Amino acid sequence: MTKEYNLTIDGQKIIAQEGTSILDAALENDIFIPHLCHHPDLKPEGACRLCGVEIDGGRMVMSCLSTVGEGIDVKTDSSEIRQARTIAMELLIADHHMDCLACAAANDCALLDISAYLGIQPDRLERLRPSDKGLPIDESNPFFQFDPNKCVVCGICVRTCNEIVGLGALGFINRGFKTVIGTFGNKPFTESICESCGECVVRCPVGALAPKTPKFAAREVQTTCVYCGVGCGIYLGVAGDKIVNVRADRERPTNEGSLCVKGRYGFNFINHPDRLTKPLIKKDGEFVEAEWDEALELIASKFVQSKGDKFAALASAKCTNEENYLIQKFTRAVMETNTVDHCARL
Amino acid sequence: MDKSLQVILQTFEGKKEEIIPILQNVQDAYSYIPERSMTDIALFTGVPESQVYGVATFYAQFRFTPRGKKHCMVCRGTACHVNGAPRILEEMEEALGIKQGETSEDLEYSLETVACIGACSLAPAIMVNDTVEAKLDPKKVRKLFGRVVANE
Amino acid sequence: MNDLIAYQQEAASVWEELNSNDMPLITVGNATCGRSAGSIDVVEAIQAETAEIGIDCNVIEVGCIGLCYLEPIVSIQKQGQPMVVFGNVTLKQVKKLVADYLVNDQIPPKLVIGTIGEEKIGDVPKLFELPVLKPQVRRALKRCGFIDPTSLEHYLANSGYSGLTRAFDVGPERIVEEVKLAGLRGRGGAGFPAWRKWTFCREAESDQKYLICNADEGDPGAFMNRSLIEGDPHALIEGMIITGYALGASVGYIYCRAEYPLALERLRLAIQQAEENGLLGVNILGSSFDFKIKIKEGAGAFVCGEETALIQSIEGERGMPTPRPPFPAVSGLWGKPTIINNVESLACVGLIMQNGAEWFAEYGTEKSKGTKTIALVGKVVNSGLVEVPMGISLRELIFDIGGGVPDGKKFKAVQTGGPSGGCVPEELLDIPVDYDSLNEVGTIMGSGGVVVMDESTCMVDFARYFLDFAEKESCGKCVPCRLGTKQMLTILEDIVEGRGKPEDIDLLEELGEAVMAGSLCGLGQTAPNPVLTTLRYFRDEYEAHIYEGKCPAKQCKEFITYHILDSCIGCGLCLRNCSSNAIIGEPKKLHWIEQELCHKCGVCYEVCPPKFFSVEIRTGELKEEPA
Repeated sequence: MTKEYNLTIDGQKIIAQEGTSILDAALENDIFIPHLCHHPDLKPEGACRLCGVEIDGGRMVMSCLSTVGEGIDVKTDSSEIRQARTIAMELLIADHHMDCLACAAANDCALLDISAYLGIQPDRLERLRPSDKGLPIDESNPFFQFDPNKCVVCGICVRTCNEIVGLGALGFINRGFKTVIGTFGNKPFTESICESCGECVVRCPVGALAPKTPKFAAREVQTTCVYCGVGCGIYLGVAGDKIVNVRADRERPTNEGSLCVKGRYGFNFINHPDRLTKPLIKKDGEFVEAEWDEALELIASKFVQSKGDKFAALASAKCTNEENYLIQKFTRAVMETNTVDHCARL
Repeated sequence: MDKSLQVILQTFEGKKEEIIPILQNVQDAYSYIPERSMTDIALFTGVPESQVYGVATFYAQFRFTPRGKKHCMVCRGTACHVNGAPRILEEMEEALGIKQGETSEDLEYSLETVACIGACSLAPAIMVNDTVEAKLDPKKVRKLFGRVVANE
Repeated sequence: MNDLIAYQQEAASVWEELNSNDMPLITVGNATCGRSAGSIDVVEAIQAETAEIGIDCNVIEVGCIGLCYLEPIVSIQKQGQPMVVFGNVTLKQVKKLVADYLVNDQIPPKLVIGTIGEEKIGDVPKLFELPVLKPQVRRALKRCGFIDPTSLEHYLANSGYSGLTRAFDVGPERIVEEVKLAGLRGRGGAGFPAWRKWTFCREAESDQKYLICNADEGDPGAFMNRSLIEGDPHALIEGMIITGYALGASVGYIYCRAEYPLALERLRLAIQQAEENGLLGVNILGSSFDFKIKIKEGAGAFVCGEETALIQSIEGERGMPTPRPPFPAVSGLWGKPTIINNVESLACVGLIMQNGAEWFAEYGTEKSKGTKTIALVGKVVNSGLVEVPMGISLRELIFDIGGGVPDGKKFKAVQTGGPSGGCVPEELLDIPVDYDSLNEVGTIMGSGGVVVMDESTCMVDFARYFLDFAEKESCGKCVPCRLGTKQMLTILEDIVEGRGKPEDIDLLEELGEAVMAGSLCGLGQTAPNPVLTTLRYFRDEYEAHIYEGKCPAKQCKEFITYHILDSCIGCGLCLRNCSSNAIIGEPKKLHWIEQELCHKCGVCYEVCPPKFFSVEIRTGELKEEPA
C-alpha cells in the first residue's frame, strides 16, 4: 500500500500519497499554485519557474518537482515568491501575442488565470520591450492551428506527443529565445507524421495550439464515441441543435481523457446533408426513402428465407461489444450459421 | 539512402547517444546537414525525427545550408570583441557582400560568427576553413578579401 | 607495475640523451596559438634550413609556454649551453636565426626573450626572471612548452604517471584524503571542494559509476584547458585514471569542444599510448582496476558546461539542464553516479598524487589552495596563458605579469570568470585572486578567463556583448533565462543605440536579480553578473548614455561623431577610403565630414597618418558646421 503523508499547505491540513508532487497535492485540494509547464498526465519539467513555494519557512522549491513529505509546512505565497512570479509572468506577457478577444483559448488560458491571481500591473508591463516575433501561423491542419507567437514554450505538447501518444511528431527547435515548438524540419503539421489526435491541443495552457471548432458550447451531453469498439467516453458540446465540439471524459476508464482524431474532431457527419437519416429500399432499380417499420419488415421476411449457409453476417467495429455479441448470437442461434465476421477497422 | 551516409552509419551501432557524433560525421562529409539525412538517422537510431532535428538545431556547430568553398568564421570571443571584432565582421560583410549566416550565391564564401576559437592572444582573429588569420584590423581584412569586391 | 618503472627509467635516459647530446635541441611552440602565428611553416623552414647547411639537430614540436603574444616561439639548446628562447620567429626570421645563433653563436637581440638554465649568456635575461614570468608559479603548466606532447616518454621522464603508481600504492580512501588535505576546489566554475563531491559519488551504491572530464571550455576569452591538453595531454589522462580509481568508476568520458581539433588529436594519441602501455584498459599496472576513456566531441553549446546539460548531451539529447536533485554524483549519466570535473582540476589530482598534498597547498590562501591557470587577454600587453599562486592580486596579474595596458591608454576594468563573471574596477584591483574574494566583489573565478579593458571600452556595450552571448547560449528551457536575458539584451541594445529610458537602469537591476534568483541552472543564475557589476561600478556610463546622449568611451555609434581637425593637410587618404562619400575637400586643403552622410565606420580615423592625427571622435555633439 502506498504511504500517506500529513502535511500543511497554507495552514490547511491535507493528506497526500507518497510520491505526489506538492503542486498536485495542492491542486487536488483546490489550492491554486500558479503553473504553466505542469500537467498532471505528464512528467514534471520545472521550466516555467512559477510554482515555487516555501517549505518549512525557508527553502524555496519548485512545487512540481518536490514531492510531499511527512509534516512539511508549505507556503504558496510570500512577498519573495510573488516578486519572482510577477517578473516571470511579466516577461511571458511581453513575449506573448496578446489578442485575447480573438484568441481561441478564450478564458481557458493559464496566462490570464495567473495574471488575475498575481494582479499584473499594466504600468509595469509598459516598461518592458514586447517581443513581436511575427512568426507565421500554421493553419494547415483542418482541426487546429498553431500560433507560435502565443507559445510559451512550456513543452507540454512535446511531452504529450512523446509520453502519451508515443508518436514524437513535435519537438523543440533551436535554442534560447529562438526556441520554437515544431515538427521535423519545422514544416506545416500536415506535412509531418502528426496524426491530428489533438492531445497536445487540449493540453496547451494558452491559445498557441487551438482547435478550429468553438471551444465553448451551450451545454454538454455525456456519451460514448460511436467510432469503434473501444468505447471512449466523450462529452458532446451542443449549441442550439448542433454538435459543435467534443471533449474527452477523463473519468472513463477506457480512455482516461484521451481521444483519437476521429473521436475528437470527426463529428461533422452528424449534421452533414449527405447523411442518411431514413432507410432506403431499392424499388425498380432506385433507392426510395422508406419508414423503419417497412424496412424492418422487409429485412425480416428476407431473413426467414435465408437461414443456414445462405446467410453471412458482417458486423461493424463501430458497434459496441454488446452489439457485436448480439449479432453473433443472432447469427448462430437464429440464422443457424457460423458465418460471422466484422470489420475491425474503420 | 545516400552512399556516403550509409558508409557513415556503418561505423555506428544505432544508439541514441550516437546522434551527435553521426551528425558531426554527416556535416564533415556534406559540409552541412541535409534534411534527408536526419530522417535516416532517426530510423537508424530509433528516435523520432523531430527529436533528431531538435538536437541538430540546438547545437551551434550544425548548419543546414551548404558552406562556401571558403568558410569564414569571425570569432566573437571576449578578447576579440574588445579588440574590435564587430568592426572586422562589418568589414567582412561589406567585402564579401553577404551577411553573417549566409553563403554567397556562387558558393565561394560563407560567413558566420563563432564562439571563441581560442586565439585570444592574437585577437581579433577569424578562421578561414582551418587557417587562423590573426591580429586583424579593417585594413588587413580589406587586403585579404578586397579582391572579391574588385571582381564584382 | 615493474614494466612501468622500467619504462620510466628508459624514458629518463632518452630525455637525458636529448638534452645533453651534442646535437642542438630546437623546440618550436606548436600549439594552436603558435599555429595561428605560423609555427607549422617555421618548423618546416628550420628543418629545411638546417638540412641545407648540414647541421644535425633535434627539432621537436612542443606546446605553449603561455607567452602567446610572442608566438611563434623557438628555443635552441646547444650542448653545454643554457636554452635560449626566441620570440616572434616568423618565417622570414628563420634563416637569420639559424645563421646567427646556430652557426655563428650570435644571439639576434631583436628575437631573444631569455635563457633557461643555470648559466647566463651575456646580458640576456633569464626567462623565468622576466617580469611576465617571475610572479608565476608553473605547476599544472610545468611541462607545457617543454616536452613533446605526442611523446609518452617525455611525460614519463618528467615524473609522469608517478602519481598513478603512488595512487595504487595508497588506495582510494587515501587519495580522497590527500585531495581533501590539499584543499583542491573545482577549477571549472563554482569552486566546489573536489573531495566532497567525490564522497557523494563514492557513497552511492551502484554497479557502474562514471567520471566525466569537462573540456568544453566555452567561455569566450578562455583557453586554459586547450593549452593544457595541447601541451601535456597525459597530465589529464593520469589525473583521470587516479580519480576514476578513487571513485570506483570504470569508464571516463572527455567532453571536449569540436572547435579544438588539435587538442582532440593530442588526446586520441595519448589515450592510444596509454592503452598500449597498460595504463588504460583492464587490470591497470596489476592493480585489478579497469578503466577506459572515451572522447565525446561537444557541438557548440556553452550551456553544456553545466553538469546536467553535459550529461544530456552525452546521452544524445539537446543540452538542456535538468533539475537537481538528483545530483549527478548520485544519479547522473544514464542514471548512474557520475562525477564531472574540469580539465585543470583533474590535472591537479595528478599533481597532488605526484607531489603530495602539502606541496600542493604550499601556495594559495586559506580557502583557495594551489595555483590557478589564467588566460589573460584583452587590452593587455603580455596576453597569454599564465599560472599564478591563488591570492596574487589582480593588480600584480594585470600590471606585473600582463605588463599593463598597451598604447598608453588608461586601464578601466577587468572581467573575470567569463560571461558568468563580473567586471572589477580599478579601485578594487588589490583584491586577491581567490574564489571567495572574487565572489565578494560580485564576480567569480570561473575557469580562469581574465579580460582586461581600457578607457576605449564602453562598459554598457561590454555588458550588452555578454548578454548577447548569454541570450544566444541560453538553452531556452526556463522562463527567467530564456525571456529575461532577451529582455535585458533588448534594453541594453536600446541604451547603446540611443533609445534608453530613465527607468531602464532600475529595470535592468530588477530583471537581473530575478533571472539570477529564478533560473534553473548556473548559466541563467550567473548570466546577469556582467550587467549587475557594470551597473554597480560604472553606473555613470549608463547614465551618460541615457541622460546626456554621450558614450564616454566613444564607442557607441549613435553617440559619436567624427571630426577633422585643423591639423589636416588635405592628403586625401581619408577621402579616398570613405565608403559613404561623406568627406569633402580639395587636395592639400582642409577636409571636412558631412555628418549627414557619415556612417561612422571609423575608416578616416584609422587611415589618418599618426603624424597628423587629424581625425577626432567626439561624443555628445551631433552636428558640426563645415570648417
